[in-house]
Amino acid sequence: MMLLKVVDLHVEVAGVEVLKGVSLDVREGEIHALMGPNGSGKSTLAYTILGREGYLVKSGDILFEGRSVLGLSTDERARLGIFLALQEPPQIPGLRLSPFLNAIINKRLCRKELNKLPPPQVLAEVGKALQAVGLSRPHLSRELNMGFSGGEKKRSELLQAILLKPKLLILDEPDSGLDADGVKAVARIINSFKQEGKGVLLITHYARLLKHVPPDEVTVLYRGKVAVRGGPEIAERIDSEGYSFLNGSVGKDEH
Amino acid sequence: MNINLKHEIPLTLGEARPVKYEVRLKGELTEELVRELSELKGEPEWMLNLRLRALEWFHKLPMPKWVRGVEELDLSRLVLYSKPKGSLATEWGDVPPEIRRYYEALGIPEQEAKLLSGINATFGSESIYSKLRDSLRSKGVIMMPTEEAVRKYPELVRKYFGRVFPYTDHKFAALHTAFWSGGAFVYVPPNVRIDQPLEALFLIGSPLEGQFEHTLIIAGENSYLNFIEACAAPRYSGESFHDGMVEIYAHRGATVKFTTIQNWSKNVINFGNKRAILEEGARVDWMIGSLGSKVSYEYPMSVMKGAGSSSQAIMVSIAKGPYIKDGGAKMIHAAPNTKSRIVSKSISGDGGLTIYRGLIKVLRRAANSFAHAECDSLILDNSSQSFTYPHNQVDEPTSTVIHEATAGRLGEEQLFYLLSRGLSEAEAKSLAVMGFLDDLLIQLPFEYANILRSVIEVEFSRLGGVG
Ligand SMILES: Nc1ncnc2c1ncn2[C@@H]1O[C@H](COP(=O)(O)OP(=O)(O)O)[C@@H](O)[C@H]1O
Ligand SMILES: [Mg+2]
Repeated sequence: MMLLKVVDLHVEVAGVEVLKGVSLDVREGEIHALMGPNGSGKSTLAYTILGREGYLVKSGDILFEGRSVLGLSTDERARLGIFLALQEPPQIPGLRLSPFLNAIINKRLCRKELNKLPPPQVLAEVGKALQAVGLSRPHLSRELNMGFSGGEKKRSELLQAILLKPKLLILDEPDSGLDADGVKAVARIINSFKQEGKGVLLITHYARLLKHVPPDEVTVLYRGKVAVRGGPEIAERIDSEGYSFLNGSVGKDEH
Repeated sequence: MNINLKHEIPLTLGEARPVKYEVRLKGELTEELVRELSELKGEPEWMLNLRLRALEWFHKLPMPKWVRGVEELDLSRLVLYSKPKGSLATEWGDVPPEIRRYYEALGIPEQEAKLLSGINATFGSESIYSKLRDSLRSKGVIMMPTEEAVRKYPELVRKYFGRVFPYTDHKFAALHTAFWSGGAFVYVPPNVRIDQPLEALFLIGSPLEGQFEHTLIIAGENSYLNFIEACAAPRYSGESFHDGMVEIYAHRGATVKFTTIQNWSKNVINFGNKRAILEEGARVDWMIGSLGSKVSYEYPMSVMKGAGSSSQAIMVSIAKGPYIKDGGAKMIHAAPNTKSRIVSKSISGDGGLTIYRGLIKVLRRAANSFAHAECDSLILDNSSQSFTYPHNQVDEPTSTVIHEATAGRLGEEQLFYLLSRGLSEAEAKSLAVMGFLDDLLIQLPFEYANILRSVIEVEFSRLGGVG
């Protein structure tokens, strides 16, 4: 089933048109890799799907499970089952990971008191998820993204992704700053998302991660437009040649 | 993080209800007005003279440079003294019902029965209710309206009144001393320990009123007491003005824990003038929750006069909406081996402004003294502000002074992040606020932490029993 459908999306940020007609689909149980050089608009697309302030949709549409989400706030979109793992999650001084996890889990469970301890079976899930992403209990008492290394931030994003049980995961460069073992751990988690039937929009600049996470579809963004679309062979080509082949290819949208 | 609210504490008193008054004094701030007030109170000559000298200073002193947000305040329009009908009660049943209802709404009679050693309630300018447990009275403890103490214990009061906080300090201290009325006098004899708190409650029942209550606490050698001051007002249109004063004298080895829960309604302009003098080995802890009011100035000061004395000030200020919270502690180290600690946490949101102005002063003779100040601010949006002006003046080379400050803003990026996890904006802010305060809340006494939590819940929407 179709989870996400982005239709001819034009997005303006700070008065500049950053996305110039992007279309893209993500189905259940599918990994769709979104690639492209820095500044091509990958993160912009992710933020726009979540309805971030300042990302103005000038035309086009974003459908989730067949319905437009353009009129919904960020938290409403999240509660529909869209999750975004940020490329650079911000620091939140004072807020520790543990009460934060409790709050977002309780919110998912529609419990009224967000500060309550989640039910025991959910707490067991937290323990398992911690292990899966390679974090340990002491991380829970750290302030959110403060004093986390680049890799720990990525792991904490995936931890939340697991615990919130979304239908669609948008992962914005989940592998940057990770060592080889870290990349493998992340790959394992992404593959398990796919196995659970979730849709994954996997944003990655390098093809490195895709060796461990075979994508069903690859879209390459360039200067706010879809430059190339196809299968895993595109990722292989980027791995060997980089993005140089894109020069002059803008507009050759095979959509 | 596991404290549950056992009982809901109502935090607002709703709309003001009409109250009958016996006397209301207003007009230009003249000598005649002061004399009239003094005569009404049947005071000794020395108190009248003190008032008159203070009035002179009030007219002489310039408006302090740090005052802002009180431009509309016209003192000659205020009722400077208001005495509600009825006489001082020792049973709640004797308090006029329209006044009693406010205290019942705050749950005071039950609190008194369960938790308090003594209580004083000032409504407008006069104490309307005052009570001290017999067991303490028999140990020589005194708690009574300050004016009653002036009449009954003139020698004792005269020795301390106005000596801890001189009226020459600033214009509003002078104004206070000229027109003071109401408040509690507390004396704890040497070696007497009062475990359950004494509480003073201050209510301003009508708009355009000035309240100048005066609390004087004398802690005898090696005594211990815990004093809570709570301020509240119903909503009315037109501003009222609170310019109270607290003087604490802690004798050798005494411990005083002083807590303020300032939750005035948003039409009160508040000056809290608080000061303590500490003798050898004494300890004074201030805990100030600056939650309500339109504009609030709160600068508790501890003068560590005796060797080995120590003081702590924990301050939580919340300015949510077009309000100003201006506060900070002042620690004066005037003797060797003195120790102080300041923790200030302020939160501003929806256009609020918080200001921290701290002072740590270590005099030349205060060898081996230690001072630590930490002030953190959290700004919840782009329309709100926070400023920090710490000031250290250290004249003793063997002392250690540490100052730490952090400022965090819940910017668009942070808010987006929290919303993207499914939290509503109010929930996100509430979570950030609770996180910010949590380290502090776990250090506070249960009842106090509870009240703070409840106020935060009301202000930042409900997160359930946050904490
Ligand atoms: N807040 C912003 N203000 C101005 N320009 C922005 C903003 N965010 C992104 N851009 C611009 O949009 C383009 C795409 O950025 P981004 O989506 O971050 O690319 P990617 O994630 O592919 O590296 C860049 O040219 C960037 O400079
Ligand atoms: Mg990016």
